[in-house]
Amino acid sequence: MNQPALATRGLAKSFGSLVVASDIEIELPRGVRYALIGPNGAGKTTLINLITGMLRPDAGSIVLDDADITALPPEQRVRRGLVRTYQINSLFPHLTALESVTLAVCERTRAASIWWRQLPAYGQEIDEAFGILSALNLAAVCQRPTRELAYGQQRLLEIALALATRPKVLLLDEPAAGVPREESKELFAAIAGLSRDITVLFIEHDMELVFRFATRVIVMVGGRVLVEGTPQEIASDPRVRAVYLGKALDKASAKGLEKLRYD
Amino acid sequence: MALTEKMASPQLYLRAQTRWRPSEIVFWLATLLPYVLFPNYLSLASQIAISALFALSLDLILGYAGIVSLGHAAFFGVGAYTAGLASKYGWGEPLTGLAMAALAAGIVGYATSFVICRFRHLALIMLTTGFGLLLAELANSLGWLTGGMDGLQGIHTWKLLGYFPFDLYGRTAYGYALAVLFVLFLFARRLIHSPFGLSLRGIRENFVRMPAIGAPSQSHMRTIYTIAAAIAGIAGALLAQTTETVSLDSLGFERSAEVVVMLVLGGAGRLYGGLVGAAVFMIARDQFSGIQPQYWYFWIGILLVAVVMFLPNGILGGLAKLTSRWSKS
Amino acid sequence: MLPPVFGVLFDGLAYGMLLFLLSVGQSVTLGMMNFINLAHCSFAMLGGYVTVALMSRYGWPFFATLPCAFVVAAVVSVAFERTFFRRVYRASELDQVLLTIGIVFISVAVAAYIFGTDQQPLQMPSYLRSSLTFLGLRFAVYRLILVGLAALITLALVLGIEYTRFGARIRAAVDNERMARGLGIDVDRTFAITFALGSGLAGLGGALAIEIIGLDPSFALTYLIYVLIVVSVGGLGSISGSLVAAIVLGISDVAGKYYIPQLGAFLIYLVMITLLMWRPLGLLGRR
Repeated sequence: MNQPALATRGLAKSFGSLVVASDIEIELPRGVRYALIGPNGAGKTTLINLITGMLRPDAGSIVLDDADITALPPEQRVRRGLVRTYQINSLFPHLTALESVTLAVCERTRAASIWWRQLPAYGQEIDEAFGILSALNLAAVCQRPTRELAYGQQRLLEIALALATRPKVLLLDEPAAGVPREESKELFAAIAGLSRDITVLFIEHDMELVFRFATRVIVMVGGRVLVEGTPQEIASDPRVRAVYLGKALDKASAKGLEKLRYD
Repeated sequence: MALTEKMASPQLYLRAQTRWRPSEIVFWLATLLPYVLFPNYLSLASQIAISALFALSLDLILGYAGIVSLGHAAFFGVGAYTAGLASKYGWGEPLTGLAMAALAAGIVGYATSFVICRFRHLALIMLTTGFGLLLAELANSLGWLTGGMDGLQGIHTWKLLGYFPFDLYGRTAYGYALAVLFVLFLFARRLIHSPFGLSLRGIRENFVRMPAIGAPSQSHMRTIYTIAAAIAGIAGALLAQTTETVSLDSLGFERSAEVVVMLVLGGAGRLYGGLVGAAVFMIARDQFSGIQPQYWYFWIGILLVAVVMFLPNGILGGLAKLTSRWSKS
Repeated sequence: MLPPVFGVLFDGLAYGMLLFLLSVGQSVTLGMMNFINLAHCSFAMLGGYVTVALMSRYGWPFFATLPCAFVVAAVVSVAFERTFFRRVYRASELDQVLLTIGIVFISVAVAAYIFGTDQQPLQMPSYLRSSLTFLGLRFAVYRLILVGLAALITLALVLGIEYTRFGARIRAAVDNERMARGLGIDVDRTFAITFALGSGLAGLGGALAIEIIGLDPSFALTYLIYVLIVVSVGGLGSISGSLVAAIVLGISDVAGKYYIPQLGAFLIYLVMITLLMWRPLGLLGRR
């Protein structure tokens, strides 16, 4: 059981002369919450795209549990439990929230290939979808089309879609991005409530989230992994501070870093 | 208590979506009117039913899965020639003719789907157009088989169910075409309301997201493309059997473009859009049939521009917007 | 003595250059704004009819009508762009296809109404209808002039794109529209000018085409297919791609009709399908 849930070895990708990922080696042990931080353009979303199969790496391999998935197409990685959410909502505008999550559940149970039975007959899938939505406090609006939901609710729907696939490894791309403070409480609760069976890696700029939820932090700069460690270690690492001080660091992050140093 | 209440409602809500609405029942009853009100126009009515079926098949791929095809008439033509050739060489039984046409068109659809469903945007439009044109050229070149420019001769359709002869008035033809349309409509309706139908809508709504929830989009698209091809083939066979002719324009680009216009006119993605659009288009064309072809092109052009600018969701979309505005006020 | 294949190649080249003139505008505007303009060949047709009208009704010499064909097509296209096309830049591909096909139909009907449905005869000066003999093969003077003219225009386009500021703006907008806007480039204006230039070239192509492929109202539809093949195979936004694709297409078409006439247009469609399957973004495409 000492297998890491997800590991990458020597992952690299370039677009012509632009190197977006170079020799990325990470290992995520089961059930641990990892935060991936770094300045804009460091290659964090690129890494997620490489891991999920949206981008093909120039070199390196990706291992999920003990299987090499480097050659698998994206939908097959999802079937094996490797799932992501998007930084900018990627939802189904005219489908209701219930339909969207039910769709995800049906794809997982392969019910979505059935064209001779009617959807209402799939009570189990519908109930499961409704359960996921209820846990995220979206039950009341589940019958409204996605485009009518508030932004914070749509962000939660993003997570609901991911949960419907029963992930083993969940990659969250800036889950709190764009969500106003008033609506983020539910979002934080949802992330905190994620089952301990799921290994989570989330990209975040919001340091409060990072220090609240992450057991370990990976810092990426310029397509490379700079350093990895506990939040405390990262906060006091001079290299990390140098990287961030060179950029426009927002006050909250600076305070967050400082705060944890003296905690 | 509140929990069980809510647990009952999501299924009920989804069930309500699949229920037959009164307007639908009225619509289908109205299709019987031509027998009573327009007995001299039954031939036109059967042509409308055939075009409606063709448009319905396109709706399945364009309206529901988002596959923009300007070459759908290829399958219509394959079905028409299959049924026509079967009749010409001795087997004029209508229902089995339909089955053969569906099989032939389905096979061609299945084979091409492996290519078509890999592409999007302009490449998709060009590929479907290209396949359609290719098939039309092929049909033209294989004149010994297809009759070339003169069309297929010697088709004679046997009595339907051994009892109803096809006459000049079109009574049997209309009943036949309408019945086939209705049965396949029921089939399409059931398909749309299945989990598969939901996944098709997912593909149309957000193609990129589908693999991210584990959906085998390519496989879904190939399935619906094959089904749509088979149905288009049945429509083509109906044409061959009821008019007892098949010509090259059953495969041509004009027919592919026409059916897209019909579907968009009625409103894609609404199941009934193709039916409504076909009816409006064919009736209008029949009324205008006296004037020269150039003027017909002119009015179709105006219609297309008007639909895109003012009625982007077709007639049914416009109606839906009107009724929702009325119910809000 | 040159074998006849060179004659075929030359005719193919001339045809290809003509297709290039007709297509290059479409390729660049598609690459820039992703706007599928099926009415592009209507502007070509317009240029052709301008030439016909000026020559037959006002007795203008052929070469004098060419700048007019260019200008009229460019101006009319801008009018359409302002009124109709702008509205569908952000719409679905299907909407763009339907709108522009509608305009094609209208243009075909209007052309038929004004000029009738027959082929337009042109009274060309006799020297243009003659041919030169070189190494045993006869080369039509008209085609020679066409190739020369098209080569000059191509050169002007390529130099313009590479070395002028406007050309740089075009390249930036084709490469990454959002980024170009962010850099302060007025993409809308760049697009409008490019669109006008492209349509003008199409009009010029239409005028030059009369002698080679004739002119009747169905021109707008018939040659649309060829233009789309050139654009999709050559690659959106690529001038060199369009050139290569147009020449390949021109030579394939002429050679096919010469050597295997039974195949007809079959070969062209097969070539297009194969090339698109191999390179869906076109041979030299960027999007």
